[in-house]
Amino acid sequence: MIDLIEMQDVWKSYANGVMAVNGISVHIDKGEFVYIVGPSGSGKSTFIKMMYREELPTRGKIFIDGTDITKLKQKQIPFLRRKIGVVFQDFKLLPKLTVYENIAFALEVIEENPRNIRKKVMEVLDLVNLKHKARSFPNELSGGEQQRVSIARSIVNNPTVVVADEPTGNLDPENAWTIMEIFERINNNGTTVVMATHNKEIVNRMVKRVIAIESGMIVRDDEQGEYGYEA
Amino acid sequence: MKLRTLMRHAKEGAKSLGRNGWMTFASISAVTVALLLVGLFLTVMLNLNSIASQVENNVEVRVFIDRTATKEQQETLKNQLQQLSHVKSVTFVSKEQGLEDFIKSMGDDGDVFKSMKGKENPLPDAFVVKTDKPKETIDVAKAAKELNYVDEVNYGRDYVEKLFHVVDILRNIGLVLIVGLLFTSIFLIANTIKLTIVARRREIEIMKLVGATDAFVRWPYFIEGLMLGVLGSIIPFLLIAIGYHQVYDWFIGKNYQTYLFVKLIPYEKMTLYLGGLLVLLGAVIGVWGSLTSVRKFLKV
Repeated sequence: MIDLIEMQDVWKSYANGVMAVNGISVHIDKGEFVYIVGPSGSGKSTFIKMMYREELPTRGKIFIDGTDITKLKQKQIPFLRRKIGVVFQDFKLLPKLTVYENIAFALEVIEENPRNIRKKVMEVLDLVNLKHKARSFPNELSGGEQQRVSIARSIVNNPTVVVADEPTGNLDPENAWTIMEIFERINNNGTTVVMATHNKEIVNRMVKRVIAIESGMIVRDDEQGEYGYEA
Repeated sequence: MKLRTLMRHAKEGAKSLGRNGWMTFASISAVTVALLLVGLFLTVMLNLNSIASQVENNVEVRVFIDRTATKEQQETLKNQLQQLSHVKSVTFVSKEQGLEDFIKSMGDDGDVFKSMKGKENPLPDAFVVKTDKPKETIDVAKAAKELNYVDEVNYGRDYVEKLFHVVDILRNIGLVLIVGLLFTSIFLIANTIKLTIVARRREIEIMKLVGATDAFVRWPYFIEGLMLGVLGSIIPFLLIAIGYHQVYDWFIGKNYQTYLFVKLIPYEKMTLYLGGLLVLLGAVIGVWGSLTSVRKFLKV
């Protein structure tokens, strides 16, 4: 297996003095599915954000696909992000665009050939079972459906990694499971998935590698792990 | 950049202008007012400058020849004048010619002096001396005065200096006002666009997160600013062009060109330059204002 993501002694402190990450080293292989768990404020979000350079570590190196992304110049960051799909707890959809347009938007802004856009968008909409909602606006959809749109957007560009920060955080259990099934499908297609989550039930039932972070440090890293905290 | 992408940016930029109707109107008005004042000042300044240099080049020393001087003595004087440093040309003007020129310069009022033609002519013969640099007029005039057979020496130095003094003051005031106005309108445009960006902040954030380059995000704002600026330059240009046309026609109609020995900058030339300049200024103000405001939103 090839290391897809490698963190070497990564530290992150914010300007206000908060020490979010304190010396994390981790390897994630291509095609893995990894949960990042831990209490609120443990550094999970920072861990995720450093992977697509929304945050820059104070110290240490982060390799994605062999490139040290802490050394990237501002101009190179967009090209890193085209390799990484990001899914957020709050979906981050544009309310004035339809489902179709929201996903196509992600392709337009990276100047994808319009001839391919329709095909790609319909493919991912099919994957998340929302083909019939292509013309709807986000406010006409349920939370689960909106999150599926957001996932579709994150993978439409065929990224090598999908990172998700609490993707089921705002969803009821039933919708959460639908989302997880989609992530599983994406992972089965060969895409690496790294997901920060608070959902004990999901982690314990859909058994994957679990990395537990507390006070910015990795306290546990189990191949077939479980949530390990009281919900 | 691909044409398709450029079209997309243009469409996005235009859409934003429409979506923010009143703010767009306010920005364009700000540019309009600023450029109108800038344009007026420029028109006046450019003409004053042009008049000043015309007058400057007209500065000449008129050396009146003693009536008792013989032809040979006149010839000697001419040679001596030509020997003076910085003298470009020495032209003989007979008293008849001198009176003729004077009558012509008076226009309609010149008729009164027509009776002086012939024996009554009070003017002596003269040499008109031109210098290579307007500044040298004083020295040449002084030197000429010392020569033999010179009755009197005239030159228009005093009033030329006053004119330059006034032009200088006006130029400085104009410059301060122009710079002030330009910055005010840049500030206004920057703020307008900032307001429209707050509404589109999320859009920018998402664009950045899915891998859009800064340039890609910036383009629609660039075009929006450009359009604000260029649209804002149209009304000032039209107003000044029409106004200048009126003034120019009036100036010609009243024959001031001949009375005052000065010409205004020709209408076509003036409007061409002014039009180009105002559109360019508008575009620069718009683009600058727009790009300053989008910069801080790009940090995602």
